Amino acid sequence: MLRRRLNRLFGGDEKRVDSRTIYVGNRPCPATETFIPPKFCDNRIVSSKYTIWNFLPKNLFEQFRRIANFYFLIIFLVQVIVDTPTSPVTSGLPLFFVITVTAIKQGYEDWLRHKADSEVNKYPVRVLEDGQPARKDSEKIKVGDIVEVVEDETFPCDLILLQSSRDDDTCFVTTASLDGESNHKTHYTVPDMEKDLQSLSATIECEQPQPDLYKFVGRMHIYKPEHDPAVRSLGPENLLLKGATLKNTKKIYGVAVYTGMETKMALNYQGKSQKRSAVEKSINAFLLVYLCILISKAVVCTTLKYVWQSQDGQDEPWYNQKTEKEKGTILYVKMFTDFLSFMVLFNFIIPVSMYVTVEMQKFLGSFFITWDRDFFDPEIEEGALVNTSDLNEELGQVEYVFTDKTGTLTQNNMEFIECCIDGFQYTAFSSELDSFCVTDGPVSTFQEKAGREKEELFLRALCLCHTVQVKEAGPDELGGDQVDGPASEPLRPAEQRGFIASSPDEVALVKGAMRYGFTFLGLESKTMKIKNWQNDVEEYELLHVLNFDPVRRRMSVIVRSKSGDTLLFCKGADSSIFPRVRPEEVERIRMHVQRSATEGYRTLCVAYKRLSVDEYAAADAGLREARLALQDREEKLMAVYNQVETAMSLIGATAVEDRLQEEAAQTMEALQGAGMKVWVLTGDKMETAKSTCYACRLFRRSTELLELTVRTLESGGRRREEMLHDLLFDFHRKAVQDAPPARAGVNRSWSSANPEYGFIVDGAALALVMNPSPDTNCSRYRSLFLQICQNCTAVLCCRMAPLQKAQIVKMVKNSKGSPITLSIGDGANDVSMILEAHVGIGVKGKEGRQAVRNSDYAIPKLKHLRKLLLAHGHLYYIRIAHLVQYFFYKNLCFILPQFLYQFFCGCSQQPLYDAAYLTMYNICFTSMPILAYSLLEQQIAIEVLLDNATLYRDIAKNAMLRWGPFLYWTVLAVFQGLIFFFGVKYLFSNPALQDNGQVFGNWSYGTIVFTVLVFTVTLKLALDTRHWTWINHFVIWGSLAFYVVFSFFWGGIIWPFLKQQRLYFVFFNMLSSVSAWLVIILLIVLSLLPDILLGVLRKPRGPHTQQMRRCLPSSGTSTIFVLSQTTSTHSFSWSD
Amino acid sequence: MKAGPSRTNRPDNTAFTQQRLPAWQPILSAGIVIPGFTLIGLAFIGVGVALFVTSQKITDLEVRGKRDTHAVLFFFQGPVFFYYGLTSYYQNFRTYGVSKDGYQLSGDTYYFNVRAWYSCAPYQYDSNNNPIVPCGSIANSMFSDTFQLYQVVNGMKKQVPLDGKGIAWWTDYNIKYSNPALVNGSFANAFSGTVKPVNWSKPVYELDPTDQANNGFLNQNFLVWMRQAALPKFQKLYGRIAEGDYAQGLPAGNYTLLINYSYPVISFGGTKKVVLSNVSWMGGKNQFLGIAYLVIGSLCIVMAMVMLIIYAKYKFTDDDEDM
Repeated sequence: MLRRRLNRLFGGDEKRVDSRTIYVGNRPCPATETFIPPKFCDNRIVSSKYTIWNFLPKNLFEQFRRIANFYFLIIFLVQVIVDTPTSPVTSGLPLFFVITVTAIKQGYEDWLRHKADSEVNKYPVRVLEDGQPARKDSEKIKVGDIVEVVEDETFPCDLILLQSSRDDDTCFVTTASLDGESNHKTHYTVPDMEKDLQSLSATIECEQPQPDLYKFVGRMHIYKPEHDPAVRSLGPENLLLKGATLKNTKKIYGVAVYTGMETKMALNYQGKSQKRSAVEKSINAFLLVYLCILISKAVVCTTLKYVWQSQDGQDEPWYNQKTEKEKGTILYVKMFTDFLSFMVLFNFIIPVSMYVTVEMQKFLGSFFITWDRDFFDPEIEEGALVNTSDLNEELGQVEYVFTDKTGTLTQNNMEFIECCIDGFQYTAFSSELDSFCVTDGPVSTFQEKAGREKEELFLRALCLCHTVQVKEAGPDELGGDQVDGPASEPLRPAEQRGFIASSPDEVALVKGAMRYGFTFLGLESKTMKIKNWQNDVEEYELLHVLNFDPVRRRMSVIVRSKSGDTLLFCKGADSSIFPRVRPEEVERIRMHVQRSATEGYRTLCVAYKRLSVDEYAAADAGLREARLALQDREEKLMAVYNQVETAMSLIGATAVEDRLQEEAAQTMEALQGAGMKVWVLTGDKMETAKSTCYACRLFRRSTELLELTVRTLESGGRRREEMLHDLLFDFHRKAVQDAPPARAGVNRSWSSANPEYGFIVDGAALALVMNPSPDTNCSRYRSLFLQICQNCTAVLCCRMAPLQKAQIVKMVKNSKGSPITLSIGDGANDVSMILEAHVGIGVKGKEGRQAVRNSDYAIPKLKHLRKLLLAHGHLYYIRIAHLVQYFFYKNLCFILPQFLYQFFCGCSQQPLYDAAYLTMYNICFTSMPILAYSLLEQQIAIEVLLDNATLYRDIAKNAMLRWGPFLYWTVLAVFQGLIFFFGVKYLFSNPALQDNGQVFGNWSYGTIVFTVLVFTVTLKLALDTRHWTWINHFVIWGSLAFYVVFSFFWGGIIWPFLKQQRLYFVFFNMLSSVSAWLVIILLIVLSLLPDILLGVLRKPRGPHTQQMRRCLPSSGTSTIFVLSQTTSTHSFSWSD
Repeated sequence: MKAGPSRTNRPDNTAFTQQRLPAWQPILSAGIVIPGFTLIGLAFIGVGVALFVTSQKITDLEVRGKRDTHAVLFFFQGPVFFYYGLTSYYQNFRTYGVSKDGYQLSGDTYYFNVRAWYSCAPYQYDSNNNPIVPCGSIANSMFSDTFQLYQVVNGMKKQVPLDGKGIAWWTDYNIKYSNPALVNGSFANAFSGTVKPVNWSKPVYELDPTDQANNGFLNQNFLVWMRQAALPKFQKLYGRIAEGDYAQGLPAGNYTLLINYSYPVISFGGTKKVVLSNVSWMGGKNQFLGIAYLVIGSLCIVMAMVMLIIYAKYKFTDDDEDM
């Protein structure tokens, strides 16, 4: 941070302009009169936060910025400054302990970062100096240096690719460590680059560093002695990012453009914003209550003290004269210091250790998720991943589940199912490679074929219109000769041919074309080769790729065939293709597309266009110009794309299947049974998404669907706005007003009497609801919409843009009652909703790792969500809720006797317990049992939780941390505190408690109370423990034994560092008194009686015993949809 | 507990990591609670009866005010303990309680003069700046009344010996407190350069003129006083009647108590009293414990019966039995 700031300071003017100029090889260029080597930051990566020198102050500062630590620091300082009843050690020691442990942990983490940093910074790299590669440390690379990178090395900084050892001027990289996508990506050298880098004289003008990994604009000026400077446009395809790894390429040279902390990787190295759990909010609310209790206690005591002192002779009895200092103090100052003293005396009511225990519980508890073998997926050899442990308990509180469809509900494992050419249907079930057979589709009876020409055109389109690469088997084939002569050489079997693509649909399509006999052989220096039915190799020159983007929802290629024809092939979602082709072609295809979509397939339409020479020239110029633009490149490119992709003719459509995830239906059913509302948010078509919903049993036969889509909006022949108004009110009447009021407790499976509603909305309709025209009542629509949604059993939002997904999540999140939301998705398009929801879950799917990186928890499969929520979430919630309540409880009954004692010691702030007990109570005597409980407790066995989803409803809405339970615990604590204090007080009406007639003093009093206290709160926890593992036994009995041993030890020795040996032999004497024993037993039993009684009386009404036996109706898939389970569904990562 | 470096990332299959540790899962069912309550109730009633009876047997005699002749109407079973009691006296004032120097009281003469932290304020030094030993409020306010008990036998006063030994905690006397070493063979010299506490009439080394060993910091009355009482109404042991003719107890008869009344209590609204009492295994007379045990024991029995009725009536026990 400091480094960056310094750089900014010294970097001077250069930083203020929009772009930076880089001199390649740090050589002056003819165009610039004076060569001033610009200053950029060096290539040092600093991810560590501290240095040896600033560790202590900086770490302390950061720790005390936490409000709790700061509070304890203030208490400590008050104790040091003011003459207070307890020594500063009592609060200083725990605070010191907490601060030290945290500092050690953070220091260790930072040391690891230092080590990693220096590993990266000292990594040897080769930099071209005077034409020769020179070895350097990675951190010495300067902007403008030409760096050599060999295969399987990672790039040391962001480089512009100048030269590659591959013939086609490309190189392959994998960005697995950046965004987790392990597929190979192609990057291109700067076009028309000279081979001799030594003599290269060029400057690069590019934008200032920005964190977007996929954006880069720049321009390269190449100066040649006799020519005008040539200009080349640079885009993300020319930029090699630090952290990515070179693959399939022997060697590349690149010029460093961004180094060190300015690389895109470093700029992306920023933590996500923290999410806070609802439990934490409860804790804070309770803390506030306890703070109020604390302050009022202190106020009461201070007041009483002065009231009492105003009585005759009580202010300064002769036996307790004031010191000179006391006499000299002004009354109000005295009152204030007294108030502070009382605060200090009672401050243990808000324990430091609670924060430590809660954090430890969360941290250690999250291991159980990573350790769970049920989450292990043998396919990817990975288990669950916990990115944040702060939200464990939130998993038990989820009310709304927002799920992505593709890759989450479905497998994103694409298989080519059928296609439609010119209105005729073909299925791909035939295994023969080169017979293009027509079969009956599930419903069709087509027997005719389309014209052979059309078929070939269609297959060519499939083979050419993509960005798929052929995976090369080994480095020796890099030259490409073997692949080059396919006519002479037998092809590798199709199954062994690997294709690499950014989207699995593309691979499915290329493989589909292969089944029909058209094989894509590869892209070789801008030439695409395909093998046709005649086993001839056709070659096409690839002129332009009009990349896919989610707004256009289509992609195109422009190729030139051997015969000189320039062709544009385009494929994309039907909605984006149909308006761009001749309308008369549409009708024949549309029917097939819709039918395929209804069956749950992902459909794509394929179109083509023959470009005349003039047309191509115009398009080419437009594309080149747009690519060179430094500003608004994206927009300009889009405009050109849209202009080129018009007036095409439709060839056909494809249908690709995406199977449902394993147990998707059961999982959804379990979630709904647990009272969660499941919303599907997808970018896919309505029909596809709807069929997926049916297959997942989110919609059933009995579900009445309410549709609010563009189709229904336009059906009435009226304005959309009017229709929207009518529909919204109609649906609202149906779903909200007519619905029976008491729905909460009724399980869906058993309540067939009530009509169920499913709600379908699409992106366009949602946009109308969210941002209606100004004359309509915006918030009214919104609330209507929300109410409808909340009253439907399932909601399907299709045709959603990523931002709209987040919008929906936000809307629900901020609705009345602020329900806890969970988003689950696997793709980059789900990141926004994963970040928006309270809990974000990433599925380790096929669409890269972006969702996983941004999630709070990542699981390999959708089906794991069930155990994650129903078992882990439920248990974590119970554990932490009990932990929090118990902590407040045990500290209230700890401090209450001390408060009551003030009434019997003239409100003189006399502590009841010894300082050692005050300090150790929370740290040692009572902390371990509750920690063990909060890690191991299973009030209901995991299997039972999984089988009975309804149990999840018992803890919904933060049931265990509401004011009711809190009040119960508080009353219990007060009751016990009163018993502790007054029980011992009545015993002390005659302090001669031993059979030798000797009397006990105040420290014996405190020790008896404390002994009762420690035993009671520990046994109270033992009563609450339903799951006694050996660890529980060990810590509960161990804590009690430790207390006894410690007390013996503490009281058995004259401690030289103590001024007063207050507890010397107090504990021992206490144990030698029969009366003390009897009163301890009596008070413990009396304190626990109400709890036992309540436990017994409450049990018959408890929800579990009956239900645990009776399982819910089995959640098997209904017969109707068995079909759709097996032959189901897909959607297109594109249309997502 | 960490997953070992296995070839795959597969989590360990241990009972702990899979949350499958064998566990005992007790459920408080009526089948356990009702007999449990009955047992606890019976035991408590038993203990309560024993406590109550014992407490009833303990005789205590309180003497308030200045009447000095008392009739003991029956044989007072020995050993009889002699307590003095004070009310509205806050020995548990915080400033009072910290006003002593433990190092000094353990006999370390270094701390006669040097006092860290001014722990003995306001009785560190007298007006002439001489160090006070023993310093501090507690020592300064030591109870100064003395008592002599006489039995009136045939009009003659016969002194009942009050044994001032063994009234303080053994550890206080033997370990926690000790006297400074003799200087030049003289105990008093050890305290040279110091002055007696302001309110004292005698220096610390002359507290008990009758017994040279019972002086200094090891004076037993001093030790008893230094152990602060827990509550403003307290009693402290003054002596035991365990010698001579009275070893077995006080015979019935008339007794006279001679009080050397010097300790002021009126100014803070306090009172004084003297208690003669014998003790049992449970200590001095205290009805509270016995009654409490009886009440709670009966409560347990009542609750057990109520629960039994409820369970019998509503048959809630059905599925509790097999758990």
